[in-house]
Amino acid sequence: MTEHLAAVPPAAPRRRSRLWLRVLRRPAGAVAAAWLLLVTGAALLADRVAPYGPLAQDLRSSYALPGRDHLLGTDQLGRDILSRVVHGGQVSLLAVAQAVVVFVAIGLALGLLAGYQGGRTDRVVMRICDIALAIPLVVTLLIVLAIFSRNETAAMLTFGSLASAGLVRVVRAATMSVRRDDYVLAAEVAGLRSSQVVVRHVLPRVMPPVVVQASVLACSALLVESGLNYLGLGVQPPTPSWGGLVSEASAAITTHPWLLVPSGGVIVLSALAFGVLGDVVRDVSADRSATAASSWRRLRTAARRTGAVSTGSRSADDAVIEVRGLRVTAGDVSLVEDVDLVVAPGEIVGVVGESGCGKTLTLSSVLRLLPPGLELAADGLTVAGQDVLALSERDCTRLRGASVAFVPQEPVAGLDPVMTVRSQLREVVRVHDGCGRAEADRRVRELLEQVRLPEPDRVLASYPHELSGGMAQRVAIARALAGRPRVLLADEPTTALDVTVQAEILQLLGDLRSETGLAIVIVTHDWGVVAELCDRAVVMYAGRVVEQGPVVDLFERPQHHYTQALLGANPAGARFRETLPSIPGRVPAPGERPEGCAFADRCRFRQDDCTAVPVHLLGPEERKVRCLHPVSGEDPSSTDREECVDVVAR
Amino acid sequence: MLHLVLRRVLWSLPSLGIVSALTFVLASLTPGDAARVVLGTNTDPAAYDRLRDELGLDQPLWSQYGSWLTGAVRGDLGSSLFTREPVADILGSRLGVTLSLIVGATLLAAAVGVTLGLVGAVRGGVVGRVTDALAMLGMAVPGFWLGLLLILVFATQLGWFPATGLTPFAEDPAGWLRSYTLPVLTLATGGIAVIAKQTRGAVLDAMSTEYVRALRANGVPDRRIVLRHCLKNAAIPVTTVVGLVMIGLLGGTILVEQVFALPGLGQLAVSATLSHDLPVLVGVVTVYTLIVLLSNLVTDIGYGWLSPRMEAAR
Repeated sequence: MTEHLAAVPPAAPRRRSRLWLRVLRRPAGAVAAAWLLLVTGAALLADRVAPYGPLAQDLRSSYALPGRDHLLGTDQLGRDILSRVVHGGQVSLLAVAQAVVVFVAIGLALGLLAGYQGGRTDRVVMRICDIALAIPLVVTLLIVLAIFSRNETAAMLTFGSLASAGLVRVVRAATMSVRRDDYVLAAEVAGLRSSQVVVRHVLPRVMPPVVVQASVLACSALLVESGLNYLGLGVQPPTPSWGGLVSEASAAITTHPWLLVPSGGVIVLSALAFGVLGDVVRDVSADRSATAASSWRRLRTAARRTGAVSTGSRSADDAVIEVRGLRVTAGDVSLVEDVDLVVAPGEIVGVVGESGCGKTLTLSSVLRLLPPGLELAADGLTVAGQDVLALSERDCTRLRGASVAFVPQEPVAGLDPVMTVRSQLREVVRVHDGCGRAEADRRVRELLEQVRLPEPDRVLASYPHELSGGMAQRVAIARALAGRPRVLLADEPTTALDVTVQAEILQLLGDLRSETGLAIVIVTHDWGVVAELCDRAVVMYAGRVVEQGPVVDLFERPQHHYTQALLGANPAGARFRETLPSIPGRVPAPGERPEGCAFADRCRFRQDDCTAVPVHLLGPEERKVRCLHPVSGEDPSSTDREECVDVVAR
Repeated sequence: MLHLVLRRVLWSLPSLGIVSALTFVLASLTPGDAARVVLGTNTDPAAYDRLRDELGLDQPLWSQYGSWLTGAVRGDLGSSLFTREPVADILGSRLGVTLSLIVGATLLAAAVGVTLGLVGAVRGGVVGRVTDALAMLGMAVPGFWLGLLLILVFATQLGWFPATGLTPFAEDPAGWLRSYTLPVLTLATGGIAVIAKQTRGAVLDAMSTEYVRALRANGVPDRRIVLRHCLKNAAIPVTTVVGLVMIGLLGGTILVEQVFALPGLGQLAVSATLSHDLPVLVGVVTVYTLIVLLSNLVTDIGYGWLSPRMEAAR
């Protein structure tokens, strides 16, 4: 997946403006903040803004509905509901403020202490938190209220301090992660005092989660406080409180149900405002990856046909994969452009290039499985004779595994962590063969034999995390073979493995080809893999194919300067105590690619016309190159490269 | 697995002791003492001394706690200051109602919440946003107010369910179910919201993993991947939240029992608070703490069962 992330254009560096400004820029955040400001302001200035006194009775207009005199109506004694709501806010909002202050103070202090000191202090603090979290909150408040007779402040302070155990954990975790950061370690080594480190580095990073937690707590404190007043355990009537107003309304529930609306409404709206505020803060402070799925539907890749298949190219009736004019876009930005890929039965093709050149996207396009947000278009895309562009989603699922299968890069992460190998393999077999359990188990064993997995019984009973990388990769290959595919797509299948295991896996892939005639497309940036396994290689750069040809020819006579440079940078060809040559510069990001040759900026042999006109991939099907001034045959360093082929092939 | 359970039980015992001790100390801070509370306006000094002696209030605090604790281990939690009924008996007669509420509401919240979250994750778009909005609203609506609204609509107006009170199961099973419907619904609402939100997030996280990509790439149908793989992986964080929701429901029972006039522990707690009947209150807190610890234990066992990695780590 990292390949995909690298392929997406990096967002312009976001200006980190102040947190509250970013919150207010969101409509939801602005509305929530405005409501809380309104309620708080009205409560603070209740004596001035409320149209009536909270206790002013007018028995002639008992239970009045909303009208000009009483905007929210009146209660049994003819008291104005709006005025009582405004005055009640004093009680409820003060209680929320008390709880939040204690919550943040204790949570921040203990969390920073535990996270910063670590060791014994940390263990003691965490143990206290465990105990505090086991105390049932509301009942404890009842005890406090029984002891400090109806003292709501005592109850809310207790509530805030008990609940702060949750915040302690959050702050501690955040502090620990900040402390592990290199720049904080560096600041400590440089002799910054711990109080300075906390104020300068830790607090700013810890603040967003603290604000989120405080909003959530404010929401629940308001609900608890109004609950206590509903039960009659808080302030005494006739003093109004929001919970008390609901309680009064419930007395007349059958005759005057309207009263439930303003009393409960103000609680719901205020609690909602606290909750929304917390959510918005979480949203603006979190850096969610742009490619994260937002729903299963968005994971589906729509495919578009861009034109008729050009008849000029070799008709490839026998090809297991034929991709023509592939283009992958993210909005207006092209990630992959004008890619052709033809794979014959039993052929092993390597796709080579640096990270971010579109190798993995090309592979994913063959499966019609691009990361969400990317679009696929091609002149033609057939797999095992089936037109992938025309298939329904359901038929596309049938094609996968049965005609074309996939081996992921990360062997362990590519397997479901909570299922045994047995149930995962059995599942895939049953999906493809539609057979019973016993028959599936027999086939699973056959597959394990095919990938030469030692100790099949132990492996079958294991979970992925109990397997070594090599074993997990064999399981992944077995899974890919379950549907008897004609072509296998392997995305850097050996990158995550030890060198000896790499060789075994490559050996296995080669043998599978010779035993079953399986075609393989392998993405790699390791020339050793190409030399050892592949018949043909396709070199990609900045989303385009720049050169392709038989492996030996490519190694001996690279025509594109990029291929040549890439071969030169191969560690296997390095000489003892000699600096390994590297390619200066970096791959241009999609969207920053020049009109002509994308490699021109890094090319030592660049000429003026290189970036002037589009450069096309030219040459016969078996040997193409996208370069205006290809490497000449009489390159003085070609003897070096022959040696290099020898080295990597060994 | 047995090892894990034992370890957890041992860990939770000190919590139980500390919670009860704290409660006891807090209770001793009452202005005036229990004897004063019981006697009320009766200010006869002889009666006061007699009662103090009888309640053991002349003993030092630690010795009072000691005798309470030794009694508690044998199931004797003292007796109510007013009715003189043993606290254990009072609790026993009311535990069933509260447990039914908690278990019912937790199951309902889990079932509806997981379904909503799953639908939100799979469909996305409008459905996802509606789930999110409902979840937020569910967290902000006070249970007691929602209960009143439900009574107004479904009991008073439509007459489908009784407004208050409890029909014993033995008398009329259908009536019993009907009398629990609205309270359980009220209690579950907040939990549904929280669980739906968590499920949606966890399923979406699972969808973005390498193994889901590999499963799709190898032809496993979408429905199978979502229901078998994503849901099972999402179950781990969702279980945590269900456990937290269950603990959160305890506070809710106090209000819901009051709204629907159900004779449970919550109602008992409120009346004991109003009358300063501390032995009863301490008993209720102890039972609630036990429920919290039990629910944590069940959550932990759930973890071990759902996540092979966790079990291996122990």
